[in-house]
Amino acid sequence: MKQFKGRVLASGNYKGKVIVSKQGVNTLATFQKSALMNKKQVIASDQNNSDIYGKNITGIALALPMTIGSTTGGMVLQVVCSMGINPACLLFSEPIDSLAAAGVVLAKVWENSNIIVIDKLGKEFLDTIKSDDDIEVKEDGTVTIL
Amino acid sequence: MYEPKMVLTDEQKDILNGKQGPTKAKIMETLVRYGDIFDAKRLVKVTHNQGHLVTSFGIPLLKPVYRIMDEIIAADLKAEGGFSMDPRPLDYKNVKCSPLEKLVFNLILYGKQEDYEKQLTKIGLTSKDKFTCACYFKEVGNIPKEGDILSWAESSAVNYANSVLGARCNRNSGMIDIFGSILGYVPEFGLLTDEGRKATYKVIVKTSKKPIPQILGSAIGMKVMEEVPYIVGLDKFLGSELTDDVCDYLKDFGAATASNGAVGLYHIENLTPEAKKLKTKLLVKDYKEYVIDDEELERIYKSYPIMWKNKDKKGNLAFIGCPHLSLNQLNLWTDRIVNALKENNLKKVKARTILCTAPEVKEEFMKTPNYQRLLKTGATLTCICPLMYTNNPLTKSHRIMTSSNKLRTYSIARYYKDEELLLAICGKEVK
Repeated sequence: MKQFKGRVLASGNYKGKVIVSKQGVNTLATFQKSALMNKKQVIASDQNNSDIYGKNITGIALALPMTIGSTTGGMVLQVVCSMGINPACLLFSEPIDSLAAAGVVLAKVWENSNIIVIDKLGKEFLDTIKSDDDIEVKEDGTVTIL
Repeated sequence: MYEPKMVLTDEQKDILNGKQGPTKAKIMETLVRYGDIFDAKRLVKVTHNQGHLVTSFGIPLLKPVYRIMDEIIAADLKAEGGFSMDPRPLDYKNVKCSPLEKLVFNLILYGKQEDYEKQLTKIGLTSKDKFTCACYFKEVGNIPKEGDILSWAESSAVNYANSVLGARCNRNSGMIDIFGSILGYVPEFGLLTDEGRKATYKVIVKTSKKPIPQILGSAIGMKVMEEVPYIVGLDKFLGSELTDDVCDYLKDFGAATASNGAVGLYHIENLTPEAKKLKTKLLVKDYKEYVIDDEELERIYKSYPIMWKNKDKKGNLAFIGCPHLSLNQLNLWTDRIVNALKENNLKKVKARTILCTAPEVKEEFMKTPNYQRLLKTGATLTCICPLMYTNNPLTKSHRIMTSSNKLRTYSIARYYKDEELLLAICGKEVK
């Protein structure tokens, strides 16, 4: 059992599996296909990200360093949150980037979303955590790999 | 009620507290929360009052966007300085589609386009032609000055404005762009600050010839991600003046850094405005290094996956111009295509070839003899965003080729170097 503490940007509790991207997640490339086709789940569609490509990331924790790519990114996050097909948690090892931050704020202010967002979990967090690990996320920003 | 961490003026506090209406209060809350995440100390005035918005497509799915637009219109709010937009998604005249493709585009993908454009007009769209990702072209005229504060989105435009024009803009998301333009303020953090514009990477270019901008940008984007690179050794190939050719190079290079990574600003030694003034003072003390040589570029190029269903077949559709082509590039590509056909004893291109540019640039190009020369090759000229075309799943049946690393990143289009693409559109085998 290993514990990490980050900064809480949107609080909540979660217990379940995690999908891990060791590289930056391209929000548009990852979410666009499922969102565009009005799917009930997001199957990650970024061909350049073999860590998560083809995986269902709806309702599950997503650990990542940051998001990258198009500046539609924040709005895309807002949309998937409004559709209820967002990851349950976004767990950033790095300080959150401006696009993801915009998405989190848009989802909070305009969609009343309950997505959990923690950043600054550190490099060791991303080095340690693996896809399909069971984790527990607490309101205070503690992430425990069970 | 949200308690801001940053210091607001009395007027800004009043807006946040709803004294100018609930919609303006929510817009203010969004910008303040956004800035607070980055420890912004205050909001600063947007000094280049023309905005640029990234969300130009009327996908029915974007219900939150249309709902917010309606709310803004109902509250009688607008971007007083106006704004340009990213390109439209459709142009059936110049980008032919099958009846089934049209059905998907019209009913599923972009069925809200007309309604959305009406909303945009009400909140400040400058004119019906202001649809391009390269709003900074002189023909388009949304050109900030060095030091201007912007409220723009569109990763390639923000990247160009920061790096080539020396303006200051964060990599804002869609919606944040219009909110900043309506309020006239943006939170001061990141690329708006001197500290945030310092380079944490020194990229040393040691190639034997001028690197292909699309691959060089891709390599740097993948390596530095959202950090600021200071690039040395490139001025050897580009010189020290921002000529039309150099600006075209930097446009395509920058778009690749922004889409393959998250670069919002780069400095090129002896070339870009801040690098010319501040030189190596732009580097932080403990900067990282990344050396790029011919082998590294080849490694990056070879790493691009081919996503076509049938990888052994030839491509049958080529898109050139993502970001949009400048007038200079349109002339160059016309010559290239005409010459390639001549060398291969052809009159028309063998693969459907579509060039993309801004509406105002197209208008200028149409006045020149090169427009007819281009059309005679069988190529067409459009103002759409090719990425939005590839959003239609039915377009997967086409084997799309491109010389754009941005389009490659966001679609299943296969990347070709310029000279390879020319051979491919002449029907030649390219391995």
